[in-house]
Amino acid sequence: MEDCLVKKMEITVSEAEKRTGRNAVNMQETYTAYLIETRAVESQGEGQCAPVDSLWRRYSEFELLRNYLSVTYPHIVVPPLPEKRADFVWHKLSADNMDPDFVERRRIGLENFLLRVASHPVLCQDKIFYSFLTQESGWKEIVNETGFQLKADSRLKALNATFRVKNPDKRFTELKHYSDELQSVISHLLRVRARVADRLYGVYKVHGNYGRVFSEWSAIEKEMGDGLQSAGHHMDVYAASIDDILEEEEHYADQLKEYLFYAEALRAVCRKHELMQYDLEMAAQDLTSKKQQCEELATGTVRTFSLKGMTSKLFGQETPEQREAKIKVLEEQIQEGEEQLKSKNLEGRDFVKSAWADIERFKEQKNHDLKEALISYAVMQISMCKKGIQVWTNAKECFSKM
Amino acid sequence: QDLSLPNGTPVDTSSPASSSSLLNRLQLDDDFDGETRDLFVTVDDPKKHVCTMETYITYRVTTKTTRAEFDLPEYSVRRRYQDFDWLRNKLEESQPTHLIPPLPEKFVVKGVVDRFSEEFVETRRKALDKFLKRITDHPVLSFNEHFNVFLTAKDLNAYKKQGMALLSKMGESVKYVTGGYKLRSRPLEFAAIGEYLDTFSLKLGTIDRIAQRIIKEQLEYLVELREYGPVYSTWGGLEVELSEPLEGVSACIGNCCTALEELSEDMTEDFLPVLREYMLYSESMKNVLKKRDQVQAEYEAKLEAVALKKEDRPKVPTDVEKCQDRVECFNADLKADMERWQNNKRQDFRQLLMGMADKNIQYYEKCLTAWESIIPLLQDKPETK
Repeated sequence: MEDCLVKKMEITVSEAEKRTGRNAVNMQETYTAYLIETRAVESQGEGQCAPVDSLWRRYSEFELLRNYLSVTYPHIVVPPLPEKRADFVWHKLSADNMDPDFVERRRIGLENFLLRVASHPVLCQDKIFYSFLTQESGWKEIVNETGFQLKADSRLKALNATFRVKNPDKRFTELKHYSDELQSVISHLLRVRARVADRLYGVYKVHGNYGRVFSEWSAIEKEMGDGLQSAGHHMDVYAASIDDILEEEEHYADQLKEYLFYAEALRAVCRKHELMQYDLEMAAQDLTSKKQQCEELATGTVRTFSLKGMTSKLFGQETPEQREAKIKVLEEQIQEGEEQLKSKNLEGRDFVKSAWADIERFKEQKNHDLKEALISYAVMQISMCKKGIQVWTNAKECFSKM
Repeated sequence: QDLSLPNGTPVDTSSPASSSSLLNRLQLDDDFDGETRDLFVTVDDPKKHVCTMETYITYRVTTKTTRAEFDLPEYSVRRRYQDFDWLRNKLEESQPTHLIPPLPEKFVVKGVVDRFSEEFVETRRKALDKFLKRITDHPVLSFNEHFNVFLTAKDLNAYKKQGMALLSKMGESVKYVTGGYKLRSRPLEFAAIGEYLDTFSLKLGTIDRIAQRIIKEQLEYLVELREYGPVYSTWGGLEVELSEPLEGVSACIGNCCTALEELSEDMTEDFLPVLREYMLYSESMKNVLKKRDQVQAEYEAKLEAVALKKEDRPKVPTDVEKCQDRVECFNADLKADMERWQNNKRQDFRQLLMGMADKNIQYYEKCLTAWESIIPLLQDKPETK
């Protein structure tokens, strides 16, 4: 078992910076650049610290990297990028890409992406990935030189295969169904969570009004004044506490979002399988029909309807020499076809085997990560409850002194 | 279905009514004038009566006393809201120099509240109980004869009719209604009380609005939570290993929903009505202040009239004397009542606000318990199963 890159190298996305530049059509644009820092991990780890290398990348370069990985390793569930645009926002958060909170969460998401790739047993060994981390200039050219775009399957082709494939592996069909459902349920969850956050914000903030009115009221009271005033202060604290609470919850939402996008990556692997399977089925069908044609020509019987057959009936048969030539061509094609079919079969089986291995790895990772996410969510709720108890206990004490 | 017990029937001392009245006793103002208490009144046991003409609720009013003014040591009668209303009117009429505690609102003001719902009846019962206890605690009002009859009479309606006839004859002399006298300036201390009451009722109004707003926001939050929890459950149905943790989270959120619902209910039933009560109290107190002003105005006018006559009278006419007495009595009663009121108000609000804090603490404690209990479930390793 080879060591993953992540064990040999520390990777962080440490900073984000606003930049302005000229885009492809020479118009001025503003974008954010992210600083990737890498450092070799010392096995001895004493005193000596390796120097830090760094380079800047923007989001579109991350996208390019991911596209490359998806096309080059179609049997791998490739880690997703953090969202391009802010989605599932509740009203206080802005949907603006330039918003500092969004940029910060994206920075974390991009770092997470790099760490995921670096800890993947297959992906971490990729040279393009390595140069993404280490080579600032000329990386785009190197990626494009791989010609990966040509290998990419068109959406149309993939869609066609999905509808027409006859015998896909049942496990992939189930997996595709699962990823659809997962996507649907996490989307729903994120939408409702955003509404819940919105409402909770409202509840906390209105309590702040108590602070003001208690203060005003305390001015006309003698004995009750102090107790009211100090209780009002605690109400202000209570109202203010919701900002941090909800900020923390955004991290939980981000963890869910990652798996929402992972569902898409799962689906991509299933689609690739369908495509390969369809390709195989088509090749087999083609071979069968060629064999049949050959047989018909050889025996002179017409079993299948063909235009050629009809025209030759109408306009006269071909010469024996012509027929011989045709048979020969077909026999060559058949041989080619059989070899191709064999290799496609092998390819297909290899794909299924390696894809399924990665899917199992992914399932374990998913179960582990989501459990951790749920635990951290519960911990957040516990912390919120304890804060609430604290504030109201303090307020109660102030009231008792009235 | 009339369940009024005949006078003198001993009230069951093991009933919850007794213990709750014991608690209430402890919370209210202690001995007045250094005397130990000799009169205890409780309102409980609401019952619905369905008659041909109408449907209404009666409450049991239980009295225990050692006072000579009462023939028996214990009484138990049934009264309905309009009886309480009658009592309050009688007290206002017969004790115009005193602050009469407020009744809960006569009509159901807003919303689609069912006036026979358990929550509404219970809220009203508590307010009526409070009303009678405040009168009981008052050194003057508790000795009022109408109050006595209210607590003891088997047939209150008969007494009411009798009272009406008398009143129409004696009406004017009993009331302190004076015509058209305008006070030049309120004495400083009463002006201060007036200003205080104005600001006080303003602040209460604000607090009432804030509390209602919070309840509204909480209920909207609850609506979303009720959709949120089940989604985790749906997700759990999709998964194998995560099924239990997700179900756990779903159930946990469900528990939080229940706790929140309880909090909102409590605030609606226990908090808001007391605020409203005090706002009504302030209003009626302002009216008493105005009456006092009128009495003083009459006195000053009559005094001036006499001064203008400028005769060599050796003494002030008795008419003016009577007015002076009235003013002094009113002022003294009002000052004493204000002091008592301030003290009770402080205790009532102390209790009310501590109660509000308590309810919120309980809400968070319930939620805390729910979340803490699922941590072990979430951390559970499949091998241990």
